[in-house]
Amino acid sequence: MAAAIAIEGLEHHFGSGAMRKRVLCNIHLQVQPGEIVLLTGPSGSGKTTLLTLIGALRHGECGSLRVLGRELIGASDRELTLARREHGYIFQAHNLHRSLTARQNVGMALEVQGDLDPHEIDRRSCAMLAEVGLAEQLNSFPDQLSGGQKQRVAVARALVHRPPLVLADEPTAALDSQSGRDVVSQMQRLARDQRCTILLVTHDNRILDIADRILDMEDGQLQEASLLPDALKPPTD
Amino acid sequence: MTARSTSSRSTSARSTRGFRRSGLRPLRQRTPLGWLQLRHEPGRLIVAIAGIAFADVLMFTQLGFMASVYDANTRFHHALDADIVLISPKAQNLQNLSTFPRRRLLQARDVPGVSDAEGLYVSTLTWKNPDTRFDATVQMFGFDPDARVFTIPAVMAQQNLLKQPDTVLFDRGARGPYQATIAALEQGRTLSTESERRTLQIAGLYALGASFGSDGTLMASDQTFLRQFQKRQAGSLSLGLVRLNHGADTELVAERMRRHLPNDVRVFTKAGYVAFEQAYWTRTSPVGVIFGMGTVMAFVVGVVIVYQVLSADVASHLAEYATFRAMGFRNRYLLLVVFEQAMVLASLGFVPGFVLPIGIYALASKATFLPIAMTVVRAVNVFLLTVLMCVASGAIATRRLQAADPAELF
Repeated sequence: MAAAIAIEGLEHHFGSGAMRKRVLCNIHLQVQPGEIVLLTGPSGSGKTTLLTLIGALRHGECGSLRVLGRELIGASDRELTLARREHGYIFQAHNLHRSLTARQNVGMALEVQGDLDPHEIDRRSCAMLAEVGLAEQLNSFPDQLSGGQKQRVAVARALVHRPPLVLADEPTAALDSQSGRDVVSQMQRLARDQRCTILLVTHDNRILDIADRILDMEDGQLQEASLLPDALKPPTD
Repeated sequence: MTARSTSSRSTSARSTRGFRRSGLRPLRQRTPLGWLQLRHEPGRLIVAIAGIAFADVLMFTQLGFMASVYDANTRFHHALDADIVLISPKAQNLQNLSTFPRRRLLQARDVPGVSDAEGLYVSTLTWKNPDTRFDATVQMFGFDPDARVFTIPAVMAQQNLLKQPDTVLFDRGARGPYQATIAALEQGRTLSTESERRTLQIAGLYALGASFGSDGTLMASDQTFLRQFQKRQAGSLSLGLVRLNHGADTELVAERMRRHLPNDVRVFTKAGYVAFEQAYWTRTSPVGVIFGMGTVMAFVVGVVIVYQVLSADVASHLAEYATFRAMGFRNRYLLLVVFEQAMVLASLGFVPGFVLPIGIYALASKATFLPIAMTVVRAVNVFLLTVLMCVASGAIATRRLQAADPAELF
């Protein structure tokens, strides 16, 4: 089975000329389908840059970056846009659209796929929201939801189109410990159900236990931190 | 939308799936994001609608006045009982007609197809307003009281009265304080007033209306006219009115007349004469320029207001837009949202922008005795200008979309 993410010799720089600064240095990484990988490290170490490169949110410069079998180094804007449609994103802020209800927000992730009729989009959105425990809040606007509920809507939006890869950047940072735990458990359960790969940037020690593998980033260098015992369990438990 | 209607629609949607894969998704399937965003912030929406309505009202007012100038200044022309009109080559407009030799009118009668021809004298007269005894300026038309010159019914019915010396008919549409005069004439009384040391009897009323060039008009016999204006000669006409035989080709006869007559007279069909007068007010006089400028200013004000609203809306949704881009929406989709908003604003703003001017027109035509009314053509034009205004604003506002960079979201 091909790796979900295969990175070889990836480098990245910010700025130009004398101000040019290397933020990623000779990154090598293989992530298998279905793996949950946590990425930790001090701020400024380059984890977010790596995440945005894998997520096709910025153009890569050199090395090789294959995500879901698609080479992203040298890809055009259009190819990057198409790649994004196969990913699910969860941001630190929920980033829900405040003029749309919960079900409309989730529906946008299906609408972008372009091959579903509105009735089917709505049916799947509502089913997804029910799975994250928000069956009662289908027609609520983001302003009417708590922080944890908003982040659960964001999780539903990231997973409703069953993406093979989910990328999350500190999804629990803005939440209290119980809501954070709930959100992560739901991500984990849904990811297991849908057999998708998760790459999660976090500082949050409380959620390290969901990982199959933890990577540590420092000064643009990537190191394997540890291998968790439960990563050896079959992913279907 | 009900569940039943969507399920029946989804069946047909499924059958056209192959079609949709090619990228042609029907628009109704799209979440109307622009409209939802506008609706979510009613304050901003109301400001935008008010701004567009304001610009539309200004444009309607300017264009309405502009049209009324043309309409008012050609009502006389439309009221002429003629197929072909002769004027001096020096004529500029109804207020500056100059004169041509009456002999040309007699020569015109020889052209095949011509039934008869009449002369008309036109001049500007300073008279004393019978109400106030202050000097006022009116335009006097002099013609043979036995001839058919105007199609105005009240003139045709009363032109026999003009055979009495120094007797005139008065325009009830004249601008100025003539209420008592009109009231007295309506009761059948005859009024007298003074004009340049002569005494005129006002024997009756007709309706023609004020124009931008003259506040009012008087009808008189050619004899009265020539007595009033001692320097004018009977042999120098202001206008020649030619009627053709039934079934004659006006253009053909006019062309024949142009060849037949020397070039000290110009030959117009009646429609051509109306166009000649309009062309004067469009080009030679600043009236069209002034109202045109007013319309442009209103348009610019509208663009600025709509731009403010749309760019504020884009700015406050940048994070959401960047999220959409991260989800795989193209920049084109976001452009579409902004233009959708522009179109919604144009349509909503046009409603009050169309209704209010109807009232303004009614007030203005009452106050100025100028004919101002809403026309379909003008409504369509202003709507198109409104759409253009909003799309232009939207196009400027979309430049802010470039700040919606998904890489900045994480």
